[in-house]
Amino acid sequence: MTNGNKIIEMEVLRYRPELDQEPFYQSYEVPFLDDWSVLQGLQYIKDDLDGTLSFRWSCRMAICGSCGMMINGVPGLGCQNFLRNYHPGKLRVAALEHFPIERDLVVVVDDFMNKLAQIKPYLIPKQVRGLDQGEYLQTPQQLEQYRQFSTCINCMLCYAACPQYGMNADFTGPGILALMHRYNADSRDDGRAQRMELGHADAGVWGCTAVGYCSEVCPKDVDPAHAINQNKMGSAIDYFLRFVKPRGASQ
Amino acid sequence: MSAQTDKRHPYLRPIRGWWKRDRYYIRYLAMEATSILIALYALILLFGLLRLGQGEAAFNGWLETLRSPPSVALHSLLLLVFAYHSYSWFKVMPKTLPAIYWRGAKLPQPVITRIGVSAAVIVNLLVIILFTGLQS
Repeated sequence: MTNGNKIIEMEVLRYRPELDQEPFYQSYEVPFLDDWSVLQGLQYIKDDLDGTLSFRWSCRMAICGSCGMMINGVPGLGCQNFLRNYHPGKLRVAALEHFPIERDLVVVVDDFMNKLAQIKPYLIPKQVRGLDQGEYLQTPQQLEQYRQFSTCINCMLCYAACPQYGMNADFTGPGILALMHRYNADSRDDGRAQRMELGHADAGVWGCTAVGYCSEVCPKDVDPAHAINQNKMGSAIDYFLRFVKPRGASQ
Repeated sequence: MSAQTDKRHPYLRPIRGWWKRDRYYIRYLAMEATSILIALYALILLFGLLRLGQGEAAFNGWLETLRSPPSVALHSLLLLVFAYHSYSWFKVMPKTLPAIYWRGAKLPQPVITRIGVSAAVIVNLLVIILFTGLQS
């Protein structure tokens, strides 16, 4: 690996469950080139300075969502932030907030994965079309209703930005509620009623207090705060309609 | 449990002091705190309504209290709080509305906020003009 002339001090949050009672920061001097990302800095540490450091990564181009971490206290993708922007200051890298740390920068994502399955993140058509019937047709306007929310890469930065999730992990959380909206808003889908049982609950859209930081940190401009909060109106309408229409508005 | 999972010991960091972590959270809490002062002002107005029900003398007494220097100071503070509350309210507004399309394009969220703030300014000016007109 080619080393640059410039050197940055990277403080990385370490946690080795078999050795440590609690996490601590370990400092590394990392020589870097101008085009190096924070992820490349971590890779340099692992390859040349300390092979025991653990972190997740895959694509290096902000599409796999694996390298989410706290970079100087802000949730960000390691591959999307560049070391040059922090030089000559030092850089603090930590595991994503609000998730239990498995080891170093690796967090436990079980809660996220379980919740993701619960909202049925797939199309539930009213009538399944056979192959001979062709595609499900959709106009550009209908596509526009959900396109933005479909670009989520499950990086969980929005969870690290959400204090409501940090205080109460029962809250379904921004990313998954945005995905719920993504499928509900799809003209080909008819699963809203099934999904909104979770959406209407305290742990659903009402668990959000519109802090809005989720939308700020999202690397794909999904805007989860928008997806969640526009559902509060529908959720309230559903609540009141059940008095006149026992099975709810969404049936 | 396998030998591998025995070594697992996930560490959950405490959430205490979360709001100090980021300036964004401090702004959020400031926005939420304005609601408390706005509730207080609603109580002041409701108290005025109560005094109105008790007769002219009682209502004039309430009006007199409003003119006292501490009350004027409180109202100046409340005006600032209301201004920030209105702005932050309209800043959240685009998040609560379905996307609005204007001539085929999605209306940007800052535009929706600006429309809201402008509407609030216009309505307030109209109220001021109306009431100063009524008094003269």
